Amino acid sequence: MKDDKRTVMTGPAVPVRGNDIDTDRIIPARFLKSITFEGLGEHVFADDRAQLADAGKTHALDDPRFSDATILLVNKNFGCGSSREHAPQALNRWHKGIQAIVGESFSEIFFGNCLTIGIPAVAVDEVAMARLMAAAETGAEVRVDLESKTVSAGEESFPARIAEGARSQLVFGSWDTTAELLSAESEIAKTAEGVPYFHGW
Amino acid sequence: MGQTLYDKVFDRHTVRELDSGQSQLLIGLHLIHEVTTPQAFSMLDERGWKVLYPERTFATVDHIIPTKSQLRPFSDSLAEQMMASLEANVKKHGIRFFDVDSGRQGIVHVIGPELGLTQPGMTICCGDSHTSTHGAFGAIAFGIGTSQVRDVLATQTLPIERLEVCRIDVSGKLGPGVYAKDVILHVIEARGTKGGVGFAYEYSGDVFDAMTMDERMTVCNMSIEGGARCGYVNPDETTYEYLRGREFAPNGDAWEKATEYWESVKTDADAELGDVARFDGANIEPMVTWGITPGQSTSVGGTIPEASTFDEAERVQVTEAYEYMGLEPGRAIAGTPVDVAFIGSCTNGRLSDFETVAKLVEGRGLRVKSGVRALVVPGSQEVRKQMIDLGYAKTLEEAGFEIRDAGCSMCLAMNPDKLEGREVCASSSNRNFKGRQGSPTGRTLLMSPAMVAAAAIAGEVADARELFNPS
Repeated sequence: MKDDKRTVMTGPAVPVRGNDIDTDRIIPARFLKSITFEGLGEHVFADDRAQLADAGKTHALDDPRFSDATILLVNKNFGCGSSREHAPQALNRWHKGIQAIVGESFSEIFFGNCLTIGIPAVAVDEVAMARLMAAAETGAEVRVDLESKTVSAGEESFPARIAEGARSQLVFGSWDTTAELLSAESEIAKTAEGVPYFHGW
Repeated sequence: MGQTLYDKVFDRHTVRELDSGQSQLLIGLHLIHEVTTPQAFSMLDERGWKVLYPERTFATVDHIIPTKSQLRPFSDSLAEQMMASLEANVKKHGIRFFDVDSGRQGIVHVIGPELGLTQPGMTICCGDSHTSTHGAFGAIAFGIGTSQVRDVLATQTLPIERLEVCRIDVSGKLGPGVYAKDVILHVIEARGTKGGVGFAYEYSGDVFDAMTMDERMTVCNMSIEGGARCGYVNPDETTYEYLRGREFAPNGDAWEKATEYWESVKTDADAELGDVARFDGANIEPMVTWGITPGQSTSVGGTIPEASTFDEAERVQVTEAYEYMGLEPGRAIAGTPVDVAFIGSCTNGRLSDFETVAKLVEGRGLRVKSGVRALVVPGSQEVRKQMIDLGYAKTLEEAGFEIRDAGCSMCLAMNPDKLEGREVCASSSNRNFKGRQGSPTGRTLLMSPAMVAAAAIAGEVADARELFNPS
């Protein structure tokens, strides 16, 4: 049986720099024309990567130093824009699969989408992120610890923020919420009765 | 201490507090479309769950539908597969589907209100970030991902953490030729794309009071571009007048009961707010984006700001925007040549948007500039029908605009309407992200429908107030 608890995630990290990286960039819309999430991994940041390659530059995801990364490091408002869950689904399917994301901040919908598939998205401050990105570039492993709410690399450790409800779901392995929600079926029906429009005016 | 609409509606829909500390929130209206649901239905099937309240979910098709011809099968086999999947799923689970032959198909955020499904005091979800649109009616409406769509289908609830409310107060009066789109672009420019994170925006003040429902929807639609997952306007007579007589709106005795509920959820005068931001409507000008986020905009008479005017942390991205857009700081935004003009989307694809443009164009002998591709895409089949009946379609066609069938069209890149290469598009849609309109190098300038029409006619960004009212 798979373990749904997300307590400590450790691994090589890849820094993808820039604020306001939207989900259209993470997974361009043309790749959403599918009835499954399979195969999305290879298209992560497809257009950003191609454009950099055309300009003779290398996107971090194409940099061999980071090809085994399981932790993604980002800046502010990562995952803004479209609500497509395909974005974290694609990150989770890239190479070895991104297991945790550390950023300066996240869009709320993206954060929620990560949570529903068991990917912690934790926030650190700007200074910490600069240090973590620098450490990742030297090949240091990054450790995301949801028990102690810290993110560390080498000797350095930084306090991390994550909404307590989300942290609790991840640590206790209850992020796949459907069964828990459905266990309150009679309370759901009762609440629905009390909402005047629910069963028609 | 009183309560906000957000808190009242949230409390009313709370099923229970979860161990995680989140609230289990009942979702009163669930809207679905073809893109973000197939995997949700698959997960449901895998686990052997049914749709708990199929009568509270409504479906339509919008993102992938071609706008040149809605005939089946679609030439794009992937689009056809998504459509077939939706058809099978709604049939299997007994969900009402506003299909192409229903006469009510359209962009989910256009048809919900149009049919009277969207009402005050509701909680509304859809696997689409622009679900914030429905907040215009005084509902808590927000976008969700596919696993959350699964949860809503199976349980009609979601685990949610409560947001704080930030009031966006715009007082005074807008100048002539300044529209709802300009108001929201102005607010996002001022507060930034992250300004609304953690908040629901409550839009209040003279300017929103005076707006029509279509205009309020334009504003609430783009809340998400300012980082706010939802935004709302308290319901009033304008709201009720809009709803009266619509297919799914209450009628007869139910109307009294409904308005009583709707009145009861309005924000109290002494409600506690998380934050307040004040703007003067008279200071708002027609806006145009110059960059790659909806916050990077300027007034039509303005110039592209220098990198030095931004916080240091923002400068990398600002420089990236100059490069991607091929626009230098310091130059005027007016006069920027455009290749394509797009009027449509869940932001500005309603009847009043086309009415505004048709009335500006009519009788002035103006035509779309040669070489500019100008698309007018109604947000719904009903909008298209009325555009034709009222003569707006004819006026616009005679001026050189191409009138299409209902759908998301060129707002995003999931149907045949796309930019090519580095084309520049004057667009009434909501996102100017890199590659958003279908070409990985395509460029988008967001603006109001009137400003898009002006750009189409001038072949470059132009002040609609001058172009349509030459002194």
